[in-house]
Amino acid sequence: MLTALYIMLGLALLLGAVLGYAALKFKVEGDPLIARIDAILPQTQCGQCSYPGCKPYATAIANGEADINQCPPGGDEGVHALADLLGVEYKPLNEEHGETKPKAVAFIEEDVCIGCTLCIQACPVDAILGAAKHMHTIVASECTGCELCVAPCPVDCITMEPIEETPENWKWKYPIIPIKSEIKL
Amino acid sequence: MNAPINIAGLLKKTKDVFNFHGGVRLPEHKAQSNQLPIGQLPLPDQLVLPLRQHIGIMPKVRVAVGDHVLKGQLIAEAEGSVSAAIHAPTSGTIAAIADAVLPHPSGLPDRCITITPDGNDTWIERHPQDWRKGDVNTLVNSLRLSGIVGLGGAAFPTQIKLRSTRSPIHTLVINAAECEPYITCDDMLMRERYDQVVHGIEVAQRLLAAKNIMIGIEDNKPEAIKAMQAAVENTGIQVKVVPTVYPSGDARRLVYLVLGKEVPQNKRSTEFGVQVFNVATVLALYRYFEFGEPAISRIVSMTGNVNQAQNFEVLFGTPLRHLVKAAGGAKADTSHYIMGGPMMGFNLPSEDVPITKSANCIIAASSTLFEPPPPSMPCIRCSRCADACPVSLQPQELYWFAKSDNFEKAQDYNLFDCIECGACSYVCPSDIPLVQYYRYAKSEVIALDKAQEAADLARERNEFRLARIEREKQERTAKHAARAQGAKVAKAAGNSGSKPAATDKQAAIAAAIARAKVQKETDSAAPKNTTEMSAATKAEIAETDSRRVAAGLTEEKSPAADGDKQAKIVAAIARAKAQKADVSKMSVSGDDKTTKPVVDADKQAKIDAAIKQAKVAKAEAGKEKTSGNNDGQLMVDAEKQAKIDAAIKRAKAAKFAALTAKNKEDN
Amino acid sequence: MNRSPHITNAPSVSSIMLKVLLALLPGIFVYAWLYGGGILITLVLATATALGTEALMLKLRRRPVQPFLSDYSAVITAWLLALAIPPLAPWWLIVVGVAFAIIVAKQLYGGLGYNPFNPAMVGYAVLLISFPVIMTKWPAALSFAETKLSFMDQFHYIFSHALPANISMDAVTSATPLDYLKTQLKLNQSMDAIQVAPIFGVFGAKGSEFVALAYLAGGAFLWQQRIITWHLPTAFLGAIAAMAGLFWMIDPSQFANPVFHLFSGASIFAAFFILTDPISGPTTPKGKLYFAAGAGVITYLVRVYGGYPDGVAFAVIFMNICVPLIDMYTQPRVFGHKK
Repeated sequence: MLTALYIMLGLALLLGAVLGYAALKFKVEGDPLIARIDAILPQTQCGQCSYPGCKPYATAIANGEADINQCPPGGDEGVHALADLLGVEYKPLNEEHGETKPKAVAFIEEDVCIGCTLCIQACPVDAILGAAKHMHTIVASECTGCELCVAPCPVDCITMEPIEETPENWKWKYPIIPIKSEIKL
Repeated sequence: MNAPINIAGLLKKTKDVFNFHGGVRLPEHKAQSNQLPIGQLPLPDQLVLPLRQHIGIMPKVRVAVGDHVLKGQLIAEAEGSVSAAIHAPTSGTIAAIADAVLPHPSGLPDRCITITPDGNDTWIERHPQDWRKGDVNTLVNSLRLSGIVGLGGAAFPTQIKLRSTRSPIHTLVINAAECEPYITCDDMLMRERYDQVVHGIEVAQRLLAAKNIMIGIEDNKPEAIKAMQAAVENTGIQVKVVPTVYPSGDARRLVYLVLGKEVPQNKRSTEFGVQVFNVATVLALYRYFEFGEPAISRIVSMTGNVNQAQNFEVLFGTPLRHLVKAAGGAKADTSHYIMGGPMMGFNLPSEDVPITKSANCIIAASSTLFEPPPPSMPCIRCSRCADACPVSLQPQELYWFAKSDNFEKAQDYNLFDCIECGACSYVCPSDIPLVQYYRYAKSEVIALDKAQEAADLARERNEFRLARIEREKQERTAKHAARAQGAKVAKAAGNSGSKPAATDKQAAIAAAIARAKVQKETDSAAPKNTTEMSAATKAEIAETDSRRVAAGLTEEKSPAADGDKQAKIVAAIARAKAQKADVSKMSVSGDDKTTKPVVDADKQAKIDAAIKQAKVAKAEAGKEKTSGNNDGQLMVDAEKQAKIDAAIKRAKAAKFAALTAKNKEDN
Repeated sequence: MNRSPHITNAPSVSSIMLKVLLALLPGIFVYAWLYGGGILITLVLATATALGTEALMLKLRRRPVQPFLSDYSAVITAWLLALAIPPLAPWWLIVVGVAFAIIVAKQLYGGLGYNPFNPAMVGYAVLLISFPVIMTKWPAALSFAETKLSFMDQFHYIFSHALPANISMDAVTSATPLDYLKTQLKLNQSMDAIQVAPIFGVFGAKGSEFVALAYLAGGAFLWQQRIITWHLPTAFLGAIAAMAGLFWMIDPSQFANPVFHLFSGASIFAAFFILTDPISGPTTPKGKLYFAAGAGVITYLVRVYGGYPDGVAFAVIFMNICVPLIDMYTQPRVFGHKK
């Protein structure tokens, strides 16, 4: 009886030592959690999550202050990816924070623009080219579609243009096939 | 590979080629279109030339609407290194440069140049080149103006493939396999124009300096094989007959068949010293160098559900309608057209599309020729697809992952090695459209990678912007601090509450400097550590002093000096008090730790005193200002007071002088 | 939708399944000839139960019923299980077994193409563990049985469990050779003494050795039609032969010779029809070899050291568990890649 006890104790100690050694020796150096969450977020910097940008939202998620379903531009895939990363349950996007829209790029109507630079100050990625009392224009390749420039414009000259499908960016679609519905030999 | 095992066939010996894994045997349907010689077409009413006819950057348009162009004239110039030019296939007028429907699986419109032929078919001045003796680099560079792209279907600009590479090319493989059913354009080309083909091979050999040349032809083209074998006699070119297995016409598969070298999908065969050209491409090279003719036409097989299937020499831009009419018209039950072969071809959006450089075959399809596929069953993991795959992939695994959007695992299983040949779908008992899943998965992965890149860039830009804003904020606060400090100093110079003028400021600064000097003198004389003296310490000092006096080391201090010292001690105590009380006032610019609190407190006291003086003066002058900045009564020494008064008087005098000077200046 | 390739030339799932059923026919014919027509009743019962339960489950899962019923995969499960259990078993045995196989082992996992375990073997294992006595009562071959039961007698027995008067069960059934071998070896009989018993035939069990030969013929047909590849049967039979040969060479008095092992029990049947179930088996050629070899080794060990006379069902189920791992580690080398 006593020998059995000693054996079990010895085994426990041995295995514990092995596991501890393995935990130290094979430790995976990874990014801090905030950076990993930020890597999943789409970097639109739109603020729809009620945080001023993607990094603050990532920080809030890491601190447990924010939920994972507050990012509409990330869409459902983003929520799933966050759920996988954090090991929490997936939940559908929170409607309060907006809905997922197709990717769009801002466009300034140059006839109307008055050169007030309010939109330039609002853009979180500096995607608007211009100066005071000079023409403003959107650098389309840098625009993330966050729509933060639309509201400040005093003459409402900014519209969001959805990205068109051209032969350049055309994608093959997911094949939809009907399931067999009649007997065929 | 998919049919029941031929027991007798198991005993047959394999030929002297290296058989690749997998592949399928297909019903050929080639006899339909290779009975007639290559036909010539009448000029169509219109030629629509898309700018996007090759892999790479779209060429730049060099003509305008209304221009008259000659046959072979350059109408779009190659842009960048991976690009090809476009030439007018016949003489005529530029009718439009606008968007038109492309022969592309998307069916989307794209920029095209439309030419209305004038019927004269006048050639531009042609410039042949001596390809036998000319400088190789000049010859290759001139190909930029030739518009020649790979005519096997990939449409890669040929001058890139002929440029000198890091590792020299020792073997040139000419791809005449034509493994897809229905297509016979290369077959007819070799049967009729074998001499030009051989010259074309010689051109390529000269430009690449290759030592070995092989032509790979499938064994289902006996006439072409005979013609080529006769044509290459005494040239050192080898004709290699490969078994008819689809997809032997894939470049890497062909290289393996004739040479036994495996070229992975992520490397080029040039890294192994092998270059592959389609047989029609080398012919085009020959015609360009020998006759100066740029790429304006190609052989196209018009076959399938048409009345008279045939191969035609078709000018680029010819509308499909024109070609169908020349083949006797499509039969009544034709439902749509397929560009390419039945394995890898795609459905054309309509009959109004032009023939482009990559169109090697058009098949008129009907539901009898190509039965609509039955709906799919679930995958039963029979692994027939894996047995058929020429790349030895696991199609059923790729299917599981592509279906569930698990793109990471799909890439682990080498998704991008798939050549989309369709052999797997061909043998699937469950009729699953496997290739569509892989194409979808590849598209998504490429799009996700692009989105990830864009997101990373947006993150960088955002971080830079936040850093820039932070930096600007800091600069602004520093500036404010400096300004505020300067303003306070000016006030201390004794002016009224009005803004000091520049000269006033200078005077104030001068006064401050004078005071500081005075302060330093008194400070250096004053004992340094007399601020926090306890009673015991004081007693000890007094005792030491008396012993010193008794020993004759120091003279007894006169009461006046004592009094002076006393005054100094008092002043020091006052300073200490002031320092304690004014701790908050000291954080004007934030890093006051370096300065001696003693000095600052004293200065502060002086400034306060000065301000008090000024206020008193102001009050006397009639302007009431009660701000009560100074806290409590500071026992300022009478001496110091006198000095302060003197300084103020000086400052006032200076100000007056400056003012009068300014007035003089102004007037 | 763009559907390249536009041509296909694949046998449909139903035609593949039909060919498998065809390949089973020679075996069934010899079986019925040797053991009486009871097997046919069992087959009919099994088929009916399979189709019925599958239709029920498809309806419950809201899937289209007709296409999945007409692919004959349920029929194959039914026939395989029917051929694996004793033909004189009561009617409810085959019904319970097939119902369990179809409902639990196939439909609950997602239906055709999604089951990780061989449904017939799962049904067999469940029956074997739940009703061990019935499952080991095999009829003796009619050629040497003391009493013969006519077809109608068998029919009556299956449904009402009533034998004709003055015939007892023991007279009709006997232990299978494998079972007999095991019990006799436990009683420390030597191999020579055992193998003299009348139930042993020329090279296997008397009677059922010919059934095995008939199955071999069916399996060869499947191979020629490219429905199965050579990997699975060869590896399985090879592993059994190797294990049996090894042990027999060490001690011929304790262990039967390899030929006996190859032709008795379910060896041939399993090699060509059970292991070759594509859905629950591995997909890579090397993987098939490992899978079948593993199953062969386990079968032999269960036969010799295990508590059951034949271990094919357990061996197959155990190797089914290992299939994802086997698949992952036996990926073939991709064209152009180093490994």
